[in-house]
Amino acid sequence: MPFGNTHNNFKLNFKTEEEFPDLSKHNNHMAKLLTPELYGKLRDRQTPSGFTLDDVIQTGVDNPGHPFIMTVGCVAGDEESYEVFKELFDPIISDRHGGYKATDKHKTDMNFENLKGGDDLDPAYVLSSRVRTGRSIKGYSLPPHTSRGERRAIERLSVEALAPLEGEFKGKYYPLKSMTDAEQDALINDHFLFDKPVSPLLTCAGMARDWPDGRGIWHNDDKTFLVWVNEEDHLRVISMQQGGNMREVFRRFCVGLTKIEEVFKNHNHGFMWNEHLGYVLTCPSNLGTGLRGGVHVKLPKLSVHAKFEEILTRLRLQKRGTGGVDTASVGGVFDISNADRLGSSEVAQVQMVVDGVKLMVEMEKKLEKGEAIDSMIPSQK
Amino acid sequence: MATAFTRMLSGRNTAVILASLGAGTLASGYLLTDTTAAADMRRAYPPSADFPDLRKHNNCMSAALTPAIYSQLRDKVTPNNWTVDQCIQTGVDNAGHPFIKTVGMVAGDEESYEVFAELFDPVIKDRHNGYDPKTMKHPTDLDASKISSGMFDEKYVLSSRVRTGRSIRGLCLPPACTRSERREVERVAVAALAGLKGDLTGRYYSLAELTEQEQQQLIDEHFLFDKPVSPLLTSSGMARDWPDARGIWHNNDKNFLIWINEEDHTRVISMEKGGNMKRVFERFCMGLQQVEQLIKERGWEFMWNERLGYILTCPSNLGTGLRAGVHVRLPLLSKDQRFSKILGNLRLQKRGTGGVDTAATGDTFDISNNDRLGKSEVELVQLVIDGVNYLIECEKKLENGQDIQVPSPIDQFQK
Repeated sequence: MPFGNTHNNFKLNFKTEEEFPDLSKHNNHMAKLLTPELYGKLRDRQTPSGFTLDDVIQTGVDNPGHPFIMTVGCVAGDEESYEVFKELFDPIISDRHGGYKATDKHKTDMNFENLKGGDDLDPAYVLSSRVRTGRSIKGYSLPPHTSRGERRAIERLSVEALAPLEGEFKGKYYPLKSMTDAEQDALINDHFLFDKPVSPLLTCAGMARDWPDGRGIWHNDDKTFLVWVNEEDHLRVISMQQGGNMREVFRRFCVGLTKIEEVFKNHNHGFMWNEHLGYVLTCPSNLGTGLRGGVHVKLPKLSVHAKFEEILTRLRLQKRGTGGVDTASVGGVFDISNADRLGSSEVAQVQMVVDGVKLMVEMEKKLEKGEAIDSMIPSQK
Repeated sequence: MATAFTRMLSGRNTAVILASLGAGTLASGYLLTDTTAAADMRRAYPPSADFPDLRKHNNCMSAALTPAIYSQLRDKVTPNNWTVDQCIQTGVDNAGHPFIKTVGMVAGDEESYEVFAELFDPVIKDRHNGYDPKTMKHPTDLDASKISSGMFDEKYVLSSRVRTGRSIRGLCLPPACTRSERREVERVAVAALAGLKGDLTGRYYSLAELTEQEQQQLIDEHFLFDKPVSPLLTSSGMARDWPDARGIWHNNDKNFLIWINEEDHTRVISMEKGGNMKRVFERFCMGLQQVEQLIKERGWEFMWNERLGYILTCPSNLGTGLRAGVHVRLPLLSKDQRFSKILGNLRLQKRGTGGVDTAATGDTFDISNNDRLGKSEVELVQLVIDGVNYLIECEKKLENGQDIQVPSPIDQFQK
């Protein structure tokens, strides 16, 4: 229950113009689309669990953004947020997800066998492969809004769902608040441990409240399948391994998620999903597949080529530094992943990564030999 | 297992029906009970499910909050719909430090201190060294003429300063206020300050509209306050919508300064170089009284009651909300092992010259009163004056090779 907003009815005593936030210096999707008229229309609504318009937009009001990077500027507090405030969310979703319309349907395809190739990315260049997504558990509010009781119930249910997994998915849960020093060191060395969010984009939305209560990390014994509980979403699911076998990473991802979903369904708490928005997550940017499939790949020559950005755009890929979002690349190694989330399936998005990275590695090899790559530059996908 | 979940789900269905009927704000028979949809959602879980894990915590709230108190208070609301969970969020999010006991809770409005008295009273008692809000009364006295010996030896005292806060009755405090309330605080304060005359004539700088030049000037003068970064403050919600309706007012002489909508509605600061604490306090009192008069003319008043004195966001600032202090050089005394004991008995505290949680540079210390509640403004300022004079006497004695004495401890509360 974020701040200042549970007394929404009291707030209605003040006029719209008096309450409307000052967004004159802001650059995020919410600020671009929220007008005083729209604010006036939506401000007396609330979702069944009491999430209000001000709750939705607080993070975007508090974080004006950056001239170059367009953040989303709003979050959902529960599944119903996307319905109750659709007049705001629909245009934001359209803006963020390449014109996705309120009437469009999203395709979900978690059948890894539909992926072509992906097992032969050159490990001399592709250092590691990873696929992540998020899942929200039906019947609970989302991290910006959960009470401590709800968050703990989400944790309990998640631990129960993960406990019976066997074979390659046999693993263990580490609650953040009772981790031993030895466990903590091990998780840091494996690059598994997530920290309390410090980004004001997240803290202003209220999702870091009560840290570290109800938060934890589960991973399988092989350390190739990992679940974060109650960080930015109810669950973040990650499949990863060294080297370039993205096909195997995606197989494990699909199989693992399907098994977990079964267990949640048996507890009458399936995942939040609908045919318009796909999987429902806290941030509108993660709707649809919520999937980011990517590799750490060495592209020292290609990355300084004049057409690098153009190539990425045409392949529908994005680059990040090897520390993740908002970090710089180190030693010519980039994190390359799909740019799309909503409007195409999991298989399609991972296919784009597999095909695109394969092409870029070939371009890198050509540049190493001093050859031109102009004929290889793809058309817009 | 299934029954617990289905019960929770049916609770949500009820909430849906209630929300669609617009029945979320039924007041009759539920005057102090939270009846919003969020509350119905929350009540699907018993208070024990929501009780925070405070085992690693060291703050006044975590020391005082029991499951029994929490279950009594969880479903209550102030008239502005503020809850105890919102009061304690900062203390839940910030476990504290083994050496420094923070307060761990804030008020969202004047009524928080009443509605959640079961929790605030023991916290206040803990923080204010035994002051019992149930039985004691707080004295207010802003008559600066009562001050004696208020001129320090400027060979030692570099600067003098008195600060406090004031809240405007009828508007929610920074953790809870809506944007319009915050803007109203700004309007009321700025209108009142515009009426100040003589050596209190000044002007207002809105944070949102500062020019580069103005910003640099305010930084150079050490007047500019920045968006709070301390999680103690941000976790309480007081930094929302920054920098909307925040600003700084100061007089032309640059010795009387008001912060608007930072941690409190207003923070009032009187300061000058040198050791004339009496004059600093005179200006402080006169300025406060004039501002109070000006807001009264427009139908407003400050939050105050005889139990708790001036009402501010943090319980640590109740009573006078007053910190009177000096920057003073004490090269020899500060190295004497009795220094801390002397300060303690004089009911003074030391800080670095950067303010709270900073270290001293060289031999210069910020020395100020420990107490806020249970003694009047005049008493506290006199206490600082007498205490600092004593410290200077000790320093001079040590300079002359004479020995010093630890003074006997001063009484805490007015008899």
